[in-house]
Amino acid sequence: MATTVDPLPAEGPTEDPMGAAGPRPGRMRLSPAVWFLAPAVLALAAVGIYPLGVAVVNSLHRYNLARPNAPTPFVGLDNYVAVLSDPSFWGAVGRTFAFLALVLPAELALGVLFALALHRPGLGLMRALTRVALVIPIATTYAVVGLIGRLIFNRQFGVANQALSWVGLPPVDWLGDPTLAFVAIAIMDVWQWTPFCALILLAGLTMVPRETEEAARLETTSAWSIFRHLQLPYLLPGITAILILRTADVLKLFDAVFVMTRGGPGTATELISIYVQRVAFRVFDQGLASAQAVILLVITIVLSRLYIKFVYREV
Amino acid sequence: MAASSTAAGLETEAAGRAPVAATVWHFLALAAIFVFSVFPFYWMVTTSLKSQADALANPPVWLFTPTLEHYAAALFTKEVGATLVNSLIVGTATTVLAVGLGTPAAYALARFEFRGKRDLWFWFISNRMVSPIVLAVPFFLVARSLSLIDTHLVLILLYLTFTLPIVVWICTDQFRGIPPELEEAALLDGASRFTVFRRISLPLAMPGIAVSAIFAFIFSWNELLFALVLTRSQARTAPVAATSFMSGYELPWGEIMATGTLIVLPMIVFALIVSGRLVQGLTMGAVK
Repeated sequence: MATTVDPLPAEGPTEDPMGAAGPRPGRMRLSPAVWFLAPAVLALAAVGIYPLGVAVVNSLHRYNLARPNAPTPFVGLDNYVAVLSDPSFWGAVGRTFAFLALVLPAELALGVLFALALHRPGLGLMRALTRVALVIPIATTYAVVGLIGRLIFNRQFGVANQALSWVGLPPVDWLGDPTLAFVAIAIMDVWQWTPFCALILLAGLTMVPRETEEAARLETTSAWSIFRHLQLPYLLPGITAILILRTADVLKLFDAVFVMTRGGPGTATELISIYVQRVAFRVFDQGLASAQAVILLVITIVLSRLYIKFVYREV
Repeated sequence: MAASSTAAGLETEAAGRAPVAATVWHFLALAAIFVFSVFPFYWMVTTSLKSQADALANPPVWLFTPTLEHYAAALFTKEVGATLVNSLIVGTATTVLAVGLGTPAAYALARFEFRGKRDLWFWFISNRMVSPIVLAVPFFLVARSLSLIDTHLVLILLYLTFTLPIVVWICTDQFRGIPPELEEAALLDGASRFTVFRRISLPLAMPGIAVSAIFAFIFSWNELLFALVLTRSQARTAPVAATSFMSGYELPWGEIMATGTLIVLPMIVFALIVSGRLVQGLTMGAVK
């Protein structure tokens, strides 16, 4: 309950004038607000905050599920030290950001091209049809994306190898080779998320005033110049949102990659969420996994602060 | 008037001058985007309709005699039907719960000013960013100590971490769009805040509530990680069942893809219903 009432010292002063300016005193309004908010706040605290508290506590103890009767002594920050000095943890972090560096530029660039093609006047029916098709990758269950990936990149009967044969290349073992497996999961990610980027950017393009755009098209025939000087400024808020959301989503990424490769071959596609999952539920080291989860949570909080700062102008 | 007719005239003139080649390229680009978006889905559906021999043909076959045998096998011998029912139960229950808890909160965020509102708001939105593995690790232990492993209830509750924020976000937006005058008149007549909320605001907000409910249902239907960690057999959801086929040497590809199609098809229908607000739902409303 306290969370709904206690202001952060830094935020307090900015809220006060708004409250005072209202037609009724703040005290009168607080009471119904509490009753309306309490159920949701309590429920979300119970499922969203309480487990995080448990994770913090566990991260400070030695706790292995494989030895249920062993004592779970308090070990201070030992688990954190172990995580931060563990090359396999940094390996997973490195792969996660390498993955991000691979998919994000592709999704942004393709997203811009998709959005421009969908925004360009003419071919109304075809544009409407394509706009509808974009919904399919977005709606596809992430785990099923992984299943489709295993089918398409299958070594023997996969359609990816058939496509290679059309251009005269020999078949490859997509999911058996560390580099190719990484590329394959990236391709599936690009398939699923490019339409999402395209729709955000398309929304940005429709914000460009019609008259201005028409006038610009009469001024110049250079599509690049129109893009650079007229459309790009309207795309920037969407691009910022994409950068932050996709970063958070890659840190969350589990389903599709787990189904497609289980993090393998070896650890080639073991991104951070899959790594933490393995430590928690295959190695059964809850202390260590909790410390990793808390570190991941801290990164997430920083990201969502950035998102709120840059993307939400008014609240 | 004059200006617009001139602009229209120039536009038709420009369109007349637009080279045919540009239109052809535009068409090809749109066709490429269409194929890009549809192909993996198309490949899944066609594989689900192929006989095992066709599905495993090397090189892959594009033309074949369709069969529904894999759907029958998946639904009745692999018991995918039961897991689809589990997904339906969990998705419906968590959605109803999220709407029941979330709409009053959204109403309060839209209508009241109070201290800490901004922080509360951000907390709801921040849940969009939290990695499910961060919650799955401790929640597994909590659920185990409460003997909730492999129950519908544990998933219904845990899915609130993403269904509640989406309901709160979309409905706050919706309540803000309702003119306060309607409510103020009723308040002056002596109605309580809660009556006003239930009798006036809630019915008017129905379109937004429906959209948020569809999002909540899609998100919970599509969830894998929590279900993988917290269920065994009784409460197993359809995505977990689909992935469980992935062991052994001779994989039943037709049945796997039939299961995938059964899982995805209803979600595509739902997503098309809310397609106008897809971006709003997936970004937590940052971009409209």
